[in-house]
Amino acid sequence: MATSDDKNLAFRATLARGLVSRRSLMAGAGGLGLAALTGCGIQGRNPGGGTAATTPVAKAAEDRSATEKIINWSNWPEYIDVDDKTQRHPSLDTFTKRYGIKVNYTEDYNDNDEFYAKVRPLLAANKDTGRDTWCSTDWMVARLIRQGYVQKLTLANIPNHANIEDSLVTVEFDPGRLYSMPWQSGFAGIAYNPKATGGKKVTTVDQLLTDPALKGKVTLLTEMRDTVGLVMLAMGKDITDFTDADFMAAIDEIKKAKDAGQIKGFTGNEYGKPLSSGDTAACFAWTGDVVQLQADNPSLGYSLPPTGCTLWSDNFVIPALAQHKANAEKLINYYYEPEVMAKVVDYVNYISPVRGTKAILERIDPDVANNPLIVPNAKTLSMAHVFRGLTSAEETKYSQAFSELTAG
Amino acid sequence: MPYALLAPGLLWLIIFFVAPMITTLSTSLQEGNVDDGFVFTGNVAIYWDALHAYWPQLVRSLVYAGTATVLSLLLGYPLAYYIASRRGRAKNVLLVLVIAPFFTSFLIRTMAWQSILASDGGLLVKVLGWLHLTWLFDAFGNVLQFLHLSPNGEILYSPWAVIWGLTYNFLPFMILPLYTSLDRLDGRLLEAARDLYATPRDTFRFVTWPMSLPGVVSGTLLTFIPAAGDYINSRLLGNTQTVMIGQVIDSQFLRVLDYPLASALSFVLLVLILALVTIYVRKAGTEELV
Repeated sequence: MATSDDKNLAFRATLARGLVSRRSLMAGAGGLGLAALTGCGIQGRNPGGGTAATTPVAKAAEDRSATEKIINWSNWPEYIDVDDKTQRHPSLDTFTKRYGIKVNYTEDYNDNDEFYAKVRPLLAANKDTGRDTWCSTDWMVARLIRQGYVQKLTLANIPNHANIEDSLVTVEFDPGRLYSMPWQSGFAGIAYNPKATGGKKVTTVDQLLTDPALKGKVTLLTEMRDTVGLVMLAMGKDITDFTDADFMAAIDEIKKAKDAGQIKGFTGNEYGKPLSSGDTAACFAWTGDVVQLQADNPSLGYSLPPTGCTLWSDNFVIPALAQHKANAEKLINYYYEPEVMAKVVDYVNYISPVRGTKAILERIDPDVANNPLIVPNAKTLSMAHVFRGLTSAEETKYSQAFSELTAG
Repeated sequence: MPYALLAPGLLWLIIFFVAPMITTLSTSLQEGNVDDGFVFTGNVAIYWDALHAYWPQLVRSLVYAGTATVLSLLLGYPLAYYIASRRGRAKNVLLVLVIAPFFTSFLIRTMAWQSILASDGGLLVKVLGWLHLTWLFDAFGNVLQFLHLSPNGEILYSPWAVIWGLTYNFLPFMILPLYTSLDRLDGRLLEAARDLYATPRDTFRFVTWPMSLPGVVSGTLLTFIPAAGDYINSRLLGNTQTVMIGQVIDSQFLRVLDYPLASALSFVLLVLILALVTIYVRKAGTEELV
């Protein structure tokens, strides 16, 4: 048995180094008597074991930006300014008018994991994804960079790169923002419907997880970093620097609440409807969503827990083999003009990553400018934390534990 | 030469059934992670791990799907019988009504039940309110709680809501085959039974039911198999205690990126369903059907 294991290991090593072609893989595995079964291994991106030194580099395609005046941009639903009358996106129209570049704007980014599952096979096979840019959440950007699926930005094409808010430039997963630039940021905190809580405010994570008045009417987010992050913060842990034990302790805490019947479910951004109707009394929720929900239902409450909240951004990245990289960079540069970003923020109500947006918002929409959830003050920002980047092994371990919680 | 006629069907089966099955089996026996790639190691232990960790969800899926199938049969049989007994225009209208929900997406139809069953401002509670029958809503919730089909007397987000969603969504798959076999039922047989002094009950038991058995078998299969793998109903209408195996596979595949475990679970589900279906079809003894 040992020899076969050794052989197997050696075989895997050669395979990992890419020395074995698919055909010899078949022949070699034939020895195991299961040739048919082994014909379809799944390629990885990090030959040599996932150390930073071997981070693969994303391939660039021949840039057709000069001849094909288009950009294919995938983004999350309802995440850009919309003209209520024409249902068009004014900021995109202005861009097209100014540069003569058409933007194929597709709202097909519903979920980081789902989107990753959709593009990974193409990226792994060195194929064009048909997209020039999309907006991924921080941790997904970390993974995409780690796996070499996104290209370095050509900063010469993005002079407005200097406009990124200081707090967002030195992020752990992309120091100096060489691969990614934030599109919108937001906090995860607690939203509640006073009608369903009996007029009670829900201000702390502890209350959310234990208050009998909320029993069976609480939802948490399927975004692991927000849900576990908020709970870890409530337990007094530092989410920018924590251990396995800290993480698992938070999981246990959530499990306790779940087993006690406190938690009804885990949701993506579909928590809005039940929250508005009162079927959900209180939940973890994202700022921009809640500001938008409050427009229809002003009684909804939102609190950033005193123990701290999570801060996340969705970031522009340019995938490997994108066909119109220079055009995409022009687009990113355009949105980094404070006037342009101010219009988007005024509509989507998330937090602008662009310096100078606040002054413009104060002029065009003082209500928005004075909303601490959209234009947070220094005190609020000091309570917000970014979940630290995870290694590949941690990512697997943690999401396994979290998945047993959400689907178990 | 007649075998050549089999080719398109065989090819279809090979490409869309046999090949994916082999891929799934192969993936389940690999080890690795997304960064370093997955390599075949013949790790059979994964099946033990998968079953050990997720047998409750597997059993729950089969129980929910089974219950939904029985409910569909109870609801679908009288309706199919009635449609088959109509003639002309009425029959066509009724058939279109059965199929009409398919014009709306599965997801939307399931979400609609959220709006119907919601205890706060849901359609059901509103209608009952107009009729001054709100107590009925609460009573139903209490009955569900008593039967352990709802954790806190809520109608939505309970095991009952999941089973109900499954029943609703797969009901047409039950009605259509039932209708087909009941429609072919020779009216003269029923006449003969009556002439021979069979009670309506005996007529049903010895004529109608046996004659409709092929419809029953294919209807139950068409309902049970997709219902067992469904993960939308439990996600939208259930709570944290109603998780079905489809949700586990979804989260293992998309979120955890543990492709081998997800494949192992899929394969187990496939084998379980195949086994159950084989036993069922043997018992039902309708060789002419399968």
